[in-house]
Amino acid sequence: MRLIPDLIKKITDNEIWKSVFRHGYTDTPRNRVLQIISNVWLHLHPAKVREHGTKVRFTWCMGGITFFIFLFETITGILLMFYYTPDVNRAYADIVDLMYVVPFGRLLRNTHRWGAHAMVITVSIHMLRVFLTGSYKPPRQFNWVLGVVLLVFTFLLSFTGYLLPWDQLGYWAITVGTNMARATPLLGHEGPFAYILGMRADNDVRFALLGGTMIDAPALLRAYVWHCIGIPVVASALMMVHFWRVRKDGGISGPL
Amino acid sequence: MEVREEMKGSIEIKDDKVFTWPTLVAKEFLAAIFVTVGLLFYSYAVDAPLRELSNPGQAENPAKAPWYFLGLQEALVYFDPWYAGVILPTFIVIGLILIPYLDNNPKGNGYYTFKERKFAMTVFLSGYVFWYILIYIGTALRGPFWAFFWPWEKWTHDFPTPPPLHDLPLPLGIALLLGFYFFGLVIPAIVKKDFFMRLGFIRYVLTMGLLLSMIGTVIKMFFRLALNVKYIIATPWINI
Ligand code: HEM
Repeated sequence: MRLIPDLIKKITDNEIWKSVFRHGYTDTPRNRVLQIISNVWLHLHPAKVREHGTKVRFTWCMGGITFFIFLFETITGILLMFYYTPDVNRAYADIVDLMYVVPFGRLLRNTHRWGAHAMVITVSIHMLRVFLTGSYKPPRQFNWVLGVVLLVFTFLLSFTGYLLPWDQLGYWAITVGTNMARATPLLGHEGPFAYILGMRADNDVRFALLGGTMIDAPALLRAYVWHCIGIPVVASALMMVHFWRVRKDGGISGPL
Repeated sequence: MEVREEMKGSIEIKDDKVFTWPTLVAKEFLAAIFVTVGLLFYSYAVDAPLRELSNPGQAENPAKAPWYFLGLQEALVYFDPWYAGVILPTFIVIGLILIPYLDNNPKGNGYYTFKERKFAMTVFLSGYVFWYILIYIGTALRGPFWAFFWPWEKWTHDFPTPPPLHDLPLPLGIALLLGFYFFGLVIPAIVKKDFFMRLGFIRYVLTMGLLLSMIGTVIKMFFRLALNVKYIIATPWINI
């Protein structure tokens, strides 16, 4: 297969290309290392990795894909924020506008929505892979713990986003979800032993989550702030620690 | 320095390293492209759901949580909300967090194997599969009023009235529950002594306690489905 090298030569070996890119990339071991360590983004990686760790059949690529979807959601999410107002009188209309008026709004909303579902799926497959390879065993115990917290945060990210369209689907889904909080032992007003702490509908955990006794404007604002700022910030911080630990725990796990 | 040289030989791991650039970076780049293209295609073909404007006065029927929580919502059929919605997920999260500290089997670290860690694999995979089975039932097989419909049945509002449920007598219920945990803890410790010894007391109790709660959750579902038992333990303060 000389096709690709030939093609590369055709594209790069001419006056126009050379007028833009002054010098080429020489494929030497030194340059391969420099590509990684002199690039602020890529130096998340070590310069060299154990071969099995690069195999899709080992990692299924699921941690990386989860992270990529997170970035993808961040970008589409920021774009959505230009068009969306977390106000009960406007939220639904803004979503309808996105679907019918805003250029590429429908694609934007669809990709953000399906990306969120995809992330929940890929993170749980990532967890399955980590379990199957026993990668939580020493010295990686704590990174597994961080992972479980990230798993919960992924659910919460998706869950808080569900309310934002302010349609029947989201409204009743969040109703079902937050009604569970009513039943929290001790802390929810319908939960076992709640009378000990004097819980009522207007002072229990559900009230704290919703900012009210039912889902209304304060709940929408809370969902919005958690969804767009609170949870992403915490999740990003945890991801940084997660990746850092992958390296500090000796790189990707593997048979000794 | 001499000491170091000596140590090196004994701990050196197989050097099978390759350059991250391009081996790994190329694959990551490809994966990112595939995911992006996949998402774009899917989003082009299928619209994200959007129903009517929310209306607090008119409940959706069935009202369903997002799909990834439907396993818990399905558990509501068998348990009170304090268990299905709060304690059960808390147990799951705590259980997951504890896995690395409970599983002290040194084998199978960093490679796929079933043979060398049958117990851990079986428990985790059963739980994982069961979680998705519940999600499937909650998503696809539950219609109005959370009534059960097979995939080939049409969702209607007039389904047969479910048979009446009854509670177990309180002393029997308490005896069953205590007996379940007591014998569940004691018998394996006697029959599988090496398992008990390997884990040590604390690990053993935590592992088995979580495992028994997991099995117990399924048994309670069976009691409900096969014997129409609503509560194993019914008291004015708490029902299980
Ligand atoms: C937002 C969620 C998460 C992201 C973005 C993420 C990302 C990653 C990435 C990129 C890696 C490198 C290896 C690979 O791709 O498989 C990794 C490794 C790892 N992850 Fe995650 N992860 C997440 C959630 C989780 C969860 C839910 C768990 C487990 C409960 C977990 C446990 C681990 C462990 C133990 C490793 C080290 C694996 C090894 O060395 O083989 N992570 N993670």
